[in-house]
Amino acid sequence: MDLLEYQGKQFFAKYGIPVSDGEATDNVDDAVAIADRIGYPVVIKAQVHTGGRGKAGGVKLAGNTEEARTHASNILGLDIKGHIVRTIWVEKASDIAEEYYASFTLDRSAKKYLGMLSSEGGVEIEKVADENPDAIARIHIDPTVGLIEDQCRSWVEAAKLNPQATDGAVDILMKLYTAYVEGDADLVEINPLILKPTGEVHALDAKVSLDGNAIYEHPDYEQYDKTQPRDEREQAAHDKGLQYVGLEGTVGVIANGAGLAMSTVDMVNQVGGKPANFLDIGGGANADVMAGALEVINNDPDVKAILINIFGGITRGEEVANGIVEAMERVDIDAPIVIRLDGTNAAEGRAILEPKLSDRLMMEETMLDAARRAVELAE
Amino acid sequence: MSIFVDENTKVIYQGLTGSQGRYYGLLNRDYGTHVVAGTNPKKAGTDVDGIPIYANVAEAKEATGATVTCIFIPAPGVRGAVIEAAEAGIEFIVAITEGVPAHEEAYFYNKLRNDHPDTQLLGPNCPGIISPGKCNIGITAGHIAKAGGPVGIVSRSGTLTYQALYELKQKDIGVTTCVGIGGDPVPGTTFIDCLERFEADPETRAVMMIGEIGGSAEEEAAEFIKSSMTKPVASYVAGVTAPPGKKMGHAGAIVSGGKGTAQAKMEALRDAGVMVGENPTEAGELMAQIVASL
Repeated sequence: MDLLEYQGKQFFAKYGIPVSDGEATDNVDDAVAIADRIGYPVVIKAQVHTGGRGKAGGVKLAGNTEEARTHASNILGLDIKGHIVRTIWVEKASDIAEEYYASFTLDRSAKKYLGMLSSEGGVEIEKVADENPDAIARIHIDPTVGLIEDQCRSWVEAAKLNPQATDGAVDILMKLYTAYVEGDADLVEINPLILKPTGEVHALDAKVSLDGNAIYEHPDYEQYDKTQPRDEREQAAHDKGLQYVGLEGTVGVIANGAGLAMSTVDMVNQVGGKPANFLDIGGGANADVMAGALEVINNDPDVKAILINIFGGITRGEEVANGIVEAMERVDIDAPIVIRLDGTNAAEGRAILEPKLSDRLMMEETMLDAARRAVELAE
Repeated sequence: MSIFVDENTKVIYQGLTGSQGRYYGLLNRDYGTHVVAGTNPKKAGTDVDGIPIYANVAEAKEATGATVTCIFIPAPGVRGAVIEAAEAGIEFIVAITEGVPAHEEAYFYNKLRNDHPDTQLLGPNCPGIISPGKCNIGITAGHIAKAGGPVGIVSRSGTLTYQALYELKQKDIGVTTCVGIGGDPVPGTTFIDCLERFEADPETRAVMMIGEIGGSAEEEAAEFIKSSMTKPVASYVAGVTAPPGKKMGHAGAIVSGGKGTAQAKMEALRDAGVMVGENPTEAGELMAQIVASL
């Protein structure tokens, strides 16, 4: 789950990391009131799940009430790379002496935590990594040991920040590590981490991604669910508990298992079609789940053909076939359906589908033939 | 021969008294796996369809001589279950449970590496392991696999593992062992762990490897194949057309910043001499060609 900047800053604040005084709102009057309360100058920032906000006019400095009103009304409703701004964050403007970068994430290769710290902050870290990899000080942390303060201090020294920033940076990094581990984050990133002319170190931005599997340990994370970026189709699928990713094409895809679903999407592309989505209905394929999946696909106006790819393992072919037949009786489907059913008791399953076959419901023996047929129908 | 588990393997099921544990534990026993015990501190002294339940892994191991456990415990209890099994001296732990937080996985992976280096963990979030005709631990439907050899399979995806087993069975090709390593960010067993063992196993004469987008495990496997494997490998990588930044179901299957793409993985594998299929069927056909030429 990706957090918006203001959610990330509130998350950081819980762990004692210094962030700017600010508040989020969805309307202009409140934005002005917040700015008046905090005191000028303030920065007004669009809250969207995409980068490049500054270039798109989504981040503005306001020196007085009038400017705050103008900027707030311009930014609210702004379209930034397809994301409409519904929330803005108003915070006290900061004086910046230097900009750094700091993050913790998992190094999947080393199977340890990776901390990255750089004196070259404020720009894309991928760029720094490409052009000047030595400018990033890295540290690997064993999760069973944790980050030790002495180790953290050597790391900060290796990053060659302004010596004035050392104590403040160590303090923030220790807290950021705690937030990363105790908060069950996949990523915590501060870019820029700033040194103020007064010598304080401060998190000017917040990028936080939380592990959805850890919700049972953090019931309050439910609140972030509703601000996840989803299009209409994705939201409908999410409400039904389906693993769905919207794509741009015309062939609706339903499969059981993430790997098989990904593979089906690949195959549609390989035979010259364009998949409309990725949809994994999971291990079983009962009528309820299948009906829900067909509804979501059916509501996508771009879908011209539907490809159902099921491999029965423990789930038997006849159960899957009955599920499909029942689901089709419940949902009025616009596009023709091509089914590939294989695996355990596939013959029994196919026998159930056989009498129902028509120009609206077709069956193919292999994944490849089914994909070809669905793509033809979508054209 | 087979890797990790064979016809003599004795298995303790942690969570045998739960609904999933019972269902698959009994299916596995029906297949022929020696399901010798279950554990549950509250139900010690009872049994599940004749399989005795012990209070903990140490007692179950002491009583049965089992060397392997299979975990069907809900996500919040997995860390405790893995460490309990390792501390009891279990050699091979198969954790089926999905939805374990990444920090938990990182913790117990490193705990095992530091304190119990002789314990091998498989999973979590994996379908398990099957040495067809000998031993099936986990949720794979045993009858879709043909016993014997000469092919070993290692895969990150559950359903694609089944697809691979089934395609080979259709072609009358046998499998020594099929390991589902799972799609999570910190898998206990990696491609390389399995490739090393397949290389050393005399009955395995070719390997099928099924990868997917995200991370760099396939690239690392490619390097290993290039430097240390003499046996032929066929492969397929799912997610060629996955858009960057979108999560495709598995916690691990995400492409970020142009890294971990299927193209990069396929290229690395081809460069290592692996025959790479564009889809699972093609990979199966490539494997059939390899087997025919052995």
